Amino acid sequence: MNDKNIIITGLIIFFVFLTFPFWYNLGKASPVPEPKLTDKAKAAKECVEPKEYMKVEHMQILDIWRDGVVREANRVYISKKGKRFNMSLSTGDDSCMGCHSNKAEFCDKCHDYTSVTPYCWDCHIEPPKEKK
Amino acid sequence: MLELAFKGGKKYWGLIIGLLVLMGIAFGFWLWQLSFGLGITGMSRDVSWGFYIAQFTFLVGVAAGGVMVVLPYYLHDYKAFGRITILGEFLAIAAVIMCLMFIIADLGQPMRAINVIFYPTPGSILFWDMIVLNGYLLLNIIVGWNVLEAERNNIKYPGWVKALAIFSIVWAPLIHTVTAYLYCGLPGRGFWLTAILAPRFLASAFAAGPALLILLSLIIRRVTKFDPGREQIQSLAKIVTYAIIINVFFFLCEVFVVFYSRIPSHMDHIKYLFVGLHGHSALVPWMWTSILFMVTSIILLVIPATRKNEAVLAFACVILFIGTWIDKGMGMISGGFVPNPLHHVVEYVPTIPELIITLGIWATGFFILTILFKIAVTVKEEVSGV
Amino acid sequence: MENSRRSFLKLAGISAIGLGTKPVLDAFASSEAHGEKHGPEIFPNQEALTAKRWAMVIDTRKFESEADLDPIIEACNKIHNVPKFKEKRHEIDWIWVDEFKHVFTDLEHEFVDDRLKHLPFLVLCNHCENPACVRACPTKATFQREDGIVLMDFHRCIGCRFCMAACPYGSRSFNFRDPRPFIKEENKAFPTRMKGVVEKCNFCAERLAVGKMPACVEASNGAIVVGDLHDPDSEVRELLKNNYTIRRKTHLGAGPAIYYIV
Ligand code: SF4
Ligand code: SF4
Repeated sequence: MNDKNIIITGLIIFFVFLTFPFWYNLGKASPVPEPKLTDKAKAAKECVEPKEYMKVEHMQILDIWRDGVVREANRVYISKKGKRFNMSLSTGDDSCMGCHSNKAEFCDKCHDYTSVTPYCWDCHIEPPKEKK
Repeated sequence: MLELAFKGGKKYWGLIIGLLVLMGIAFGFWLWQLSFGLGITGMSRDVSWGFYIAQFTFLVGVAAGGVMVVLPYYLHDYKAFGRITILGEFLAIAAVIMCLMFIIADLGQPMRAINVIFYPTPGSILFWDMIVLNGYLLLNIIVGWNVLEAERNNIKYPGWVKALAIFSIVWAPLIHTVTAYLYCGLPGRGFWLTAILAPRFLASAFAAGPALLILLSLIIRRVTKFDPGREQIQSLAKIVTYAIIINVFFFLCEVFVVFYSRIPSHMDHIKYLFVGLHGHSALVPWMWTSILFMVTSIILLVIPATRKNEAVLAFACVILFIGTWIDKGMGMISGGFVPNPLHHVVEYVPTIPELIITLGIWATGFFILTILFKIAVTVKEEVSGV
Repeated sequence: MENSRRSFLKLAGISAIGLGTKPVLDAFASSEAHGEKHGPEIFPNQEALTAKRWAMVIDTRKFESEADLDPIIEACNKIHNVPKFKEKRHEIDWIWVDEFKHVFTDLEHEFVDDRLKHLPFLVLCNHCENPACVRACPTKATFQREDGIVLMDFHRCIGCRFCMAACPYGSRSFNFRDPRPFIKEENKAFPTRMKGVVEKCNFCAERLAVGKMPACVEASNGAIVVGDLHDPDSEVRELLKNNYTIRRKTHLGAGPAIYYIV
């Protein structure tokens, strides 16, 4: 084999390697999951901000809440509609998880689908499983 | 030029494969450390930095020491070193990469290391250490590579490369000074809390770095057709001699201040290292070995007859390297933590996994060094047409 | 909607590069002012306990033996999910006991009176005025609040342990392994930690924020008092005025905020 062939083979291997995640997932496409709401969440109608907004920005809100609570001792959130909320991920009934107590159905479903693994639950204690 | 690394004899490949095997094994242990946590090491609440940070400190010295061949050439126009500046620069590259790897190995949350950049904190010396180390790495890669490339093409390296080279000469002492500042600015750690720490670090760096270069030069002469040169080696030996004497002198200054003032919080650490404290004396034999090695090397290096004998010189360099390694790589970090701030003596002994990971990082460094030196030496052989 | 989403993204971006959230939120609120009535805002709790400079006074005269101190330590450990390891190397302490000669290394002498010699002393983070740990931390994961409390942001800590080397009081511990399996009874209202981060006493910041006194104060039967050092009428100032107090390693200039009545 001359140099040219080696180079071309190398390039092909490199290309396949680069696009491996794409090949790997080919044919496994599953429908976009819908997170399930608990009854409590359904009853509340709206989260701290409108649903569409939460869908896209919940990580930013969580980030800001986190810095606010941990670093500045700010614990009250007033939404754009003027409603008050307790800023907490997992402490008490008026926290995020107080409402969304079905982590597996609510958080994990989409996170698994999009292969993101936030490390929240390495420290924050998950709501007990049996609650639906 | 990288292709030169792929042409080599049996011995070369044997070495490469051997190092790769070591690296692989250590990598496995590192994965274990990642999943279990740093609990697989011997570190504790009391001795919260151990072998990794000690190696890091020592290797910053080796990296900075590389400058001792670069400086005379560029600043004093000492032509003889022109042959071997590249070895100093490539040694620095390998050493800094090892430093960075040791830092990563030591982090509890290595995935978050980037936070140092996301939340820049100029008040923290670690922030500056990151900057100077990465900067030094970059400088040496750029300068080393360009000088070698120019040499291969039989042209003189461009002016900007010389400017960068001079810049890197100023930068070199900086990396070790900043590293010393990591320790010597901490209140309540009497062993490190001394202004002589940075100078002492530099002195031992300028001894250990060039000593290693002498050894590497001797090896290169034996296994390749390139001879770094007798004069070059002898000049390096003189640098090593001065540096190791100054290192021991600085240490004695410290000993005088500490033991004449008799301030316990400064004295206890040195006592622990050299005579033991409250019945704890794990490091005592090591520290005396270190002193013995350093003093013996001084004697051998000072006497012209022994220094000029290359076999003796090699021996002196080996024990000097080991001596300074024990001093910095073992005593310097543990010594600062024992006794702890509440004056309890809690000793530290590295564990086997910790040692294997350490060995693996050293192997990686030597792997990089082997490849870089292979390239450099091949270019030298080509140019001189042997 | 589109507009606010963009601004929120911007806001998140700015906060991500390390500015506080407050000014950003203010700016956000004002830019939204013409469109909607409210921008989102964040506030402290109204019932939060606050001070200009928090300090603690420990009246060691009220203690006789470790039995008096155990419930205090236990209360803290339980509330904060502090793990208990079998391996000494992995130990994590927020508040613990030690002897006079170890706690007050520069005050001890051979003939110190019998009571002090044998009395166990509580040791914890001093929430220093000039905290060396904060100076050392390369990520601001350890930071000092305006009210003097020195806190850890566990989300941000990279586990370099520079702060542990810097602290002259040995107040900090590192999670050498996952602490979860070593917590007897989890307090669901407080997070645990993960492996690879540093932790220490947080002056019960999470309790002060909701109007509760620190756990150790509550468990101490009045032997531990916290309050505002800058308020001349506060209980801590009252105690400091009327009693001789000592602090640890004052010669280092760290300015510890934990005072001991002996
Ligand atoms: S006691 Fe140590 S950990 Fe606590 S604030 Fe002071 S330096 Fe920081
Ligand atoms: S271990 Fe964490 S808190 Fe301590 S200095 Fe490093 S990043 Fe900061």
